[in-house]
Amino acid sequence: MIFRFRQPSVLPGFGLTLGFTLGYLGLIVLIPLAMAFTQAFHLSWDQFWRTVTAPRVLASYRLTFGAAFLAATINTGFGFIVAWVLVRYPFPGKRLVDALVDLPFALPTAVAGITLAAIYSSNGWIGHALEPLGMKIAFTPLGVIVALVFISLPFVVRTVQPVLEDLEAEVEEAAASLGADRWQIFWRVLFPAIRPALLTGFTLAFARAIGEYGSVIFIAGNLPMVSEITPLLIVSKLEQYDYSGAAAVSVVMLVISFLLLLLINLLQRWSRIQRGWETVI
Amino acid sequence: MSIDIQGLYKRFGHFVALDGINLTIPAGQLVALLGPSGCGKTTLLRIIAGLETADRGQILFNGEDASRRQVQDRQVGFVFQHYALFQHMSVFENVAFGLRVRPRACRPSDAQIRDKVQTLLELVQLSWVANRYPSQLSGGQRQRIALARALAVEPQVLLLDEPFGALDTKVRKELRRWLRRLHDDLHITSVFVTHDQEEALEVADQIVVMNRGCIEQMGSPQEVYDAPATPFVYQFLGNINLFHSRVHAGWAKVGGLRVQVPEHDDAEYAPAMAYVRPHDIDVLREPEDGDTTLPATISRVSLLGSLVRLELTQAPSGEIAEVEMTRERYLADPLQAGDLVFVKPRQLRVFLYDNSRAGSPVPMRWSGDGDGI
Repeated sequence: MIFRFRQPSVLPGFGLTLGFTLGYLGLIVLIPLAMAFTQAFHLSWDQFWRTVTAPRVLASYRLTFGAAFLAATINTGFGFIVAWVLVRYPFPGKRLVDALVDLPFALPTAVAGITLAAIYSSNGWIGHALEPLGMKIAFTPLGVIVALVFISLPFVVRTVQPVLEDLEAEVEEAAASLGADRWQIFWRVLFPAIRPALLTGFTLAFARAIGEYGSVIFIAGNLPMVSEITPLLIVSKLEQYDYSGAAAVSVVMLVISFLLLLLINLLQRWSRIQRGWETVI
Repeated sequence: MSIDIQGLYKRFGHFVALDGINLTIPAGQLVALLGPSGCGKTTLLRIIAGLETADRGQILFNGEDASRRQVQDRQVGFVFQHYALFQHMSVFENVAFGLRVRPRACRPSDAQIRDKVQTLLELVQLSWVANRYPSQLSGGQRQRIALARALAVEPQVLLLDEPFGALDTKVRKELRRWLRRLHDDLHITSVFVTHDQEEALEVADQIVVMNRGCIEQMGSPQEVYDAPATPFVYQFLGNINLFHSRVHAGWAKVGGLRVQVPEHDDAEYAPAMAYVRPHDIDVLREPEDGDTTLPATISRVSLLGSLVRLELTQAPSGEIAEVEMTRERYLADPLQAGDLVFVKPRQLRVFLYDNSRAGSPVPMRWSGDGDGI
């Protein structure tokens, strides 16, 4: 088989645009990331391994990835409900609610962090009410999850919403005429149709939550081994002029994030091939 | 199963979609609801299916009131214009859907479902696509799968909403004939909506012509074409020529032409319209005795395959008329543009302006020699 780099196409400008794409991605994404790697490999392998597997660092991975996963999962459920309500039902103030969804996108994350910390701390409104029940949110891992849920809400809503809007009412009517009840229509017809969008929304929310820093540090309390996230650990290493250590932890985070996103993308593609929407290339 | 529709009325906002529909669809027939867009035909079909509810009126299935029944309990198969297949399911699962969602007690076993789906796919001649997905099929194939899916639940009534509307002409013609044959095999009471008169004439046992939320006429294809009950039906089915006319005491006058119209015996100098189909006109070189012909000039001759169409301008009024004749007949005496000729309508219907809906389908008689149709 002859490998052909350039597929014949009537669209002009393949060389130019591909060159631009690669150049741009290199400049904006790859070169800075490569710097992290070179910085990290100033350390010997032994030093590197000790830095990235220190108990405090391991605890921070668990918190960062665990909280991000939980937050993305929670938002997949509730974000779906928000999208469903916004698409399916007319109600007064709908546009306002629709606009509110985007607020976490626009708000500086530090503002979100301060606000959340204020409201969930033991003298804030919600924190005050929850304390007699034995629930502490601010300055605990729970607080981290709350902050991540807040900042990653729009991702699921905004990816599911257009797909829900595009669903034809006729498909549901067809299912009903074939004898399916509301529940069966939802689980057998609607849900499978939006599942890819839900997965995409989950991925975006998850990716965003892994990288979140600003809002979390205010509400987390940042206790080592308990409520300290990896990005904060990196910052504190930088503050101690431990550039190589910061880079080493960054590299580990980078690799884990990349592998997770790759895995989800492969899952997505596999499910599309299963449905014959895409062919194996 | 027979369907009785009584006094059906439906409004969307200020728009009256159905205005007092009374209709009986006999069991086992293939009935076309024909009309221009916005005439209420799709609304009527959706109300029969239970996808829409009427503001007033009743639907009886086999004499039993079904107006309050949910769509799930009506035992109707519905086929949509844009197929409405489940994109994430294979063709097999699409067809099996209606069986799989049954309550456990009456759900067939997997083996039974497999057999049933296989039989249906063979019926629609598509058993080889069972494992494909709808996006991999052509429009015509998708619609046949949609039909197989609707038939899987063994519906008492099959309802089709412009089933061939989204397909190209050639596929549409094929599917039309195929649907007719399928119906002849299954004899399931079927109603299909169309705005294509050719489709309705070719496929249906009975045609219901609708306009503005009302039924204009119901009858066999031949009845509605040959004896339209109203000017609307006349215009909607096939081409027509319109002539201004005046009716007095049972006689209509069209230009120099006099025609007896017994159904308008009591009209006095009433303005009216005369309707003639292009193929119901003879073109003569010489005038006939008596007032049976109109002088005209040929302004254009078009040869359209097996047909020849002449465009005529009537001498005094300047009104344009179209005449169609077979190629053979044209070649026997080829007329040219500019020739002076005399046209003689073989069949013509007169509708008065004021009660234009009331005219009854009586073949007209000619004044002079009385040679009828």
